[in-house]
Amino acid sequence: MIAILMTLAFVIATLGITAWASKSSRGAISFFAAGRNITAWQNGLAVAGDYMSAASFLGITGLIAFYGYDGFMYSVGFLVAYLTVLLIVAEPLRNSGKYTIADVLAYRLSPRPVRAMAALSTLTISGFYMIAQMVGAGAMVSLLMKETGIDFRISVISVGLLMIVYVVFGGMLATTWVQIVKAVLLMTGVILLSILVMGSFGFSFEAFFAAATEVRYTENGVTVVRDFLQPGLYYKAPYGPLNLISLSMALILGTAGLPHILVRFYTVPDAPTARVSVVWAMGIIGFFYVLTTFLGIGAALLVGRDTIVANGGINMSAPLLAVALGGDLFLAFIAAVTFATILAVVAGLTISASTSVAHDFYSNVVRAGKPTSPKEEVFVARVTAVGLGMGAVIVAILIGPTANVAFLVGLAFAVAASANLPVILLSLFWKRFNTIGAVAGMATGLVSSIVLIGIGPSFLGTNAIFPLENPGIVSIPAGFLGAILGTLVRREPQAERQFTELVVRANTGLGAEKATQH
Amino acid sequence: MDPSKPSTSHLPEDGAPPADSPWQRIADGDDFRSLLRAKTRFIVAGTAFFLIYYFALPVLTGYWPELMGQKVLGPFSLAYVFALTQFPMAWLLAAAYLRAAAKFDRDAAAILARHLPAKANHAAETSAK
Repeated sequence: MIAILMTLAFVIATLGITAWASKSSRGAISFFAAGRNITAWQNGLAVAGDYMSAASFLGITGLIAFYGYDGFMYSVGFLVAYLTVLLIVAEPLRNSGKYTIADVLAYRLSPRPVRAMAALSTLTISGFYMIAQMVGAGAMVSLLMKETGIDFRISVISVGLLMIVYVVFGGMLATTWVQIVKAVLLMTGVILLSILVMGSFGFSFEAFFAAATEVRYTENGVTVVRDFLQPGLYYKAPYGPLNLISLSMALILGTAGLPHILVRFYTVPDAPTARVSVVWAMGIIGFFYVLTTFLGIGAALLVGRDTIVANGGINMSAPLLAVALGGDLFLAFIAAVTFATILAVVAGLTISASTSVAHDFYSNVVRAGKPTSPKEEVFVARVTAVGLGMGAVIVAILIGPTANVAFLVGLAFAVAASANLPVILLSLFWKRFNTIGAVAGMATGLVSSIVLIGIGPSFLGTNAIFPLENPGIVSIPAGFLGAILGTLVRREPQAERQFTELVVRANTGLGAEKATQH
Repeated sequence: MDPSKPSTSHLPEDGAPPADSPWQRIADGDDFRSLLRAKTRFIVAGTAFFLIYYFALPVLTGYWPELMGQKVLGPFSLAYVFALTQFPMAWLLAAAYLRAAAKFDRDAAAILARHLPAKANHAAETSAK
């Protein structure tokens, strides 16, 4: 009951934000980019909010609770990945684009093919990510609130409806503030949990980490004692190291290709603000992932792996830790935070996908660039958001609460790293790069990552044809290779001439999109 | 405007900046070239550094588990200590970039001011839309 009240409080607050946002926003720049008036710290929190999904909070806590050091590898990768965003992508993107990733590519390449292809990869990434969040969400929320009678279906449908309301009525402004509120809530929850964990060890790091070297649980019916500060509990022979390296590649290069993260940099006034916002995000995200150590190892020590397995499995580690430390009231708070987290992330995914459909696909492919009014673009984006929301709800309900969807998030990172990042890099730094290269690169990256996951252990188990869980180590080089070979097919003089303009614009901000005046 | 080339509307008709366009003038200037060199140097060095530092972790732990499994600091294995240092590494490199980029911003502003007198600046902004 308390869980529902807390969740309702969040929902009412965010609906209030949406009402305020819809009143104060006018026109396409408001809808797609929050008027480009978001400040650095606000955007930093919003980036962190978009990134710290339920998969991170519940998933990584669970991985550390089960595998110690090996689970912590995700935490490290998720933070270091932001160096790629900071050093290479954020500022040139802000200076040369308007609303989407494809803007950067279309700057000097033939717009129709590259926008169509980019919209496809954006939809693929957002779609996989969204379904993973919704199925995970529905399962988790119905488990956390089961005594209240809210089942899988109701929670999936309410997540879908709410995210449609945020995006359709509040656009990017509302979505940004929902992210900010959620990021603050999630950080509060994680900090409180960590303090309670350390409290159980008399606030002695020595005692806590000493205990972490002797974690007891049952493996194949035998009680074992493992050192959680040692590598090798998850990534085992024969493909352990390769699996880990492949995953690391997808994390480090995928973040800088995730559409819902990159569109955030269009919501700030200029490139220097975008840069500072990445550093804010790195501070928050880094702190969050440091704390996952205390949640994960805390759950392993205070709840125990056997109890977690018996009570809903690996993803329940954080909620079970909350019950053990703070009772039902604290569990209610964590349940509300989880719901807020899911809601905010799916809203962020929906707005970036809808923007790409309206701006890339509708305006520049369907209408072939015949002048479309900004009003029309916003209308198409709203219709798309409704369609995407309903589609995601239906797919999530069809898949059902018991499906293993964790690999979908890994797939989203792999597609982003293999299809988006190579072409973004090459279009910014290689003069010769052209339209054929961009389309070939995105297609190779997209197809190879999906196929390799399809024939990998996530689907085929022990019969897998491709032995690694994450395809990055093959599909990322494939994406680069496709882009380079495609480019070499023939020269595109216009794209090469416009490179000068792109370089000047990316590095000086001359001609970059401006913030709207209040 | 040629409707068949919509997204290049921010460019002159044939897509190529004329030799006297503000873009070309800036691109040809020594000041812009040296800014670009300085930026590239920082970004390439910074990226190479963090990629090597980061990938050393999975490679070393994956292929030299005995070495990385040694206890070096109380309960902590070498692998764990190395993993923890990735956090300050990322934050320090980000801080170093903020400092370097502040200078790049000043140089870029000076370049724009030098090549684009107030009026021409406005014209370039308009033609760039």
